[in-house]
Amino acid sequence: MVSPAPTTANGHPPASKPLLEIRGLKMHFPVKGGVLMRAQKQCKAVDGVDLHVNEGETLGLVGESGCGKSTLGKCVVRLNKITGGQVTFDGTDITQLGRSALKPYRKDIQMIFQDPAESLNPRHTIGNLLAEPFIIHGLLSAKERDIKVAELLEKVGLQASAADRFPFEFSGGQRQRIGIARAIALNPRLIVCDEPVSALDVSVQSQILNLLVDLQREMRLSYIFIAHNLAVVKHISDRIAVMYLGKIVELAPADELFANPLHAYTKALISAIPEPVPGGGRAQRILLQGDVPSPIDPPEGCAFAYRSWLPTSDDQKRQPGTFREVTPGHWVELHPGTVEDYEKYL
Amino acid sequence: MSASDQPILRVRNLATAFDTDGGRVTAVDGVSFDVPRGKTLGIVGESGCGKSVTAMSIMRLLPRPSGVILGGEVLLDGTDLLQLSLDEMRKVRGKRVSMIFQEPMTALNPVHRIGRQLSEVFLLHEKISEKEAWNRSIEMLAKVGIPAPEIRVGEFPHQLSGGMRQRVVIAMALALKPSLVIADEPTTALDVTIQAQILELMKELQAEMGMSIVLITHDLGVIAEMCDEVVVMYAGRVAERGSADVIFNNPRHLYTRGLLDSIPRLGGKRKATLQTIPGMVPGLAEMPVGARFAPRSPHPKAPAYIASPAYQNKRPELLQIAPNHWVEDEEVVRVIKQEVSQ
Repeated sequence: MVSPAPTTANGHPPASKPLLEIRGLKMHFPVKGGVLMRAQKQCKAVDGVDLHVNEGETLGLVGESGCGKSTLGKCVVRLNKITGGQVTFDGTDITQLGRSALKPYRKDIQMIFQDPAESLNPRHTIGNLLAEPFIIHGLLSAKERDIKVAELLEKVGLQASAADRFPFEFSGGQRQRIGIARAIALNPRLIVCDEPVSALDVSVQSQILNLLVDLQREMRLSYIFIAHNLAVVKHISDRIAVMYLGKIVELAPADELFANPLHAYTKALISAIPEPVPGGGRAQRILLQGDVPSPIDPPEGCAFAYRSWLPTSDDQKRQPGTFREVTPGHWVELHPGTVEDYEKYL
Repeated sequence: MSASDQPILRVRNLATAFDTDGGRVTAVDGVSFDVPRGKTLGIVGESGCGKSVTAMSIMRLLPRPSGVILGGEVLLDGTDLLQLSLDEMRKVRGKRVSMIFQEPMTALNPVHRIGRQLSEVFLLHEKISEKEAWNRSIEMLAKVGIPAPEIRVGEFPHQLSGGMRQRVVIAMALALKPSLVIADEPTTALDVTIQAQILELMKELQAEMGMSIVLITHDLGVIAEMCDEVVVMYAGRVAERGSADVIFNNPRHLYTRGLLDSIPRLGGKRKATLQTIPGMVPGLAEMPVGARFAPRSPHPKAPAYIASPAYQNKRPELLQIAPNHWVEDEEVVRVIKQEVSQ
């Protein structure tokens, strides 16, 4: 895949440098097997991704389970040891930084997890959980920390008295608020939100989405928002990247992506969303055949062409596509099996 | 068999409770609805509203001894399933009413081949040879769109993808051509493109085999796509029920409306503030007798209602407001009229 850096390859340099830049990111996991449990194969969870996130922007990341979107998020937070490529945060290459060198960046890049019940230690009070980031980074006195914890709780819509209680005393939505409070504690600049609302009921989901949007405006946060629910991603994102089998197949401003999807996979994803309107109002649904292929030994060439409804020859399937900017800000993987009349975009 | 315009299933005042360390808590509190023959009825509501317990009560699959059916009727073609002995019920399950579960990996036995698990359905209910049952299993797998069924039939569940496993579960549920299928969150664990495949399959099979479906989900999109009739449940009770058209286009319960307003829509404005439903569902142990949505209702009279004895003592009935539209009969949880005419 020809994959130019999104900010420079489009001819004109960006107005300001992006906060986060990802180039050629690869995250391969060894698949062990055999008698000696040696690595026999590579699971290519993320296989050559270029993305950037601007200050104050939300980049949505969508795709089906196993496409590598969560792994990509974990690479950005450096919870994984990155196999290849480069992650640059605010001008510094953080890809290979060691534990102590990374510490200042831990403050700036935070994460919100899907299941707040599992990401909060059940044996600690909320007050302890929220004070921990300050203790780890050696900030504030004990007294100041208490005040700060109360402030944080208020900021996410909880009462200051919550500090003395334990995670199990809260509902799912409240626990997610606590997870958010912990993520914003150190005034981060970027938060990776990994399916932050998918475990929540719809009425609570909207409360959390509103909170995330409010906090973004107030604190000028950037988000990488990972989710499988396209309506939710569209609601919160400025730009959206569609991921398929470890690669980005389409990247566009949110409204543009939905108004004018080009990649066959994006079209199928959008058409598969069940909309809460009886009788539809939807154009023809595109049903994809079969499942996503395995990221262990992914097919040669264009991974999606094997599942696409567009006519392609076997020969073409084995050819990789090229990632091109077809209109300003709208990138797509061009291949006979992925984009109709793809020649006209070449 | 009753006349074809009679509902296949009538649920009347179903009440189910669980015995817990903290005493008995009622999870389903007087639920009534009809499932029209050959149609799909959706039950929608948030976690803990009692929709799955309703399904388990109909199937008589509540955990024993903690789950207790306190009363009501579940009439399947006139037979009250609640009155059947365990033995009689076992003959009904699979044959006349069957169930599709959310998580196909737990619904299937990991150590048995697909064919053996499917054959079991035939062998339990019909006098046929194992060979014949195996062949019919292959037929069923083909019917639910599994490629190379004669190979898949000999495989184990872990060798299949999530979507394929759910197809197997559907094949098992439909093997004996039951007249009613209860599907509890059948696509929640699946990706959206696979969900689309499974929903499409269910529609095709319904058109072909004519079974009625009770579809339980929290996803209003899936409800809109699949259902003719909708029951909206809140805190163990029916808040509103009616045709899909009235529920989505003219909801009269403030909870239904709140749910519909809080979903982000594809056509909506990005980052605009979404509607929310303030507050939380009351805990099962502290449920009032009165309208349970009242504490979260934006209705101006709601605080006065909560302070009144009616909230503690008077249970609201369902009020029929149109030929096929019922809503909880309590002013403070109903959509205020002027708002409707807007």
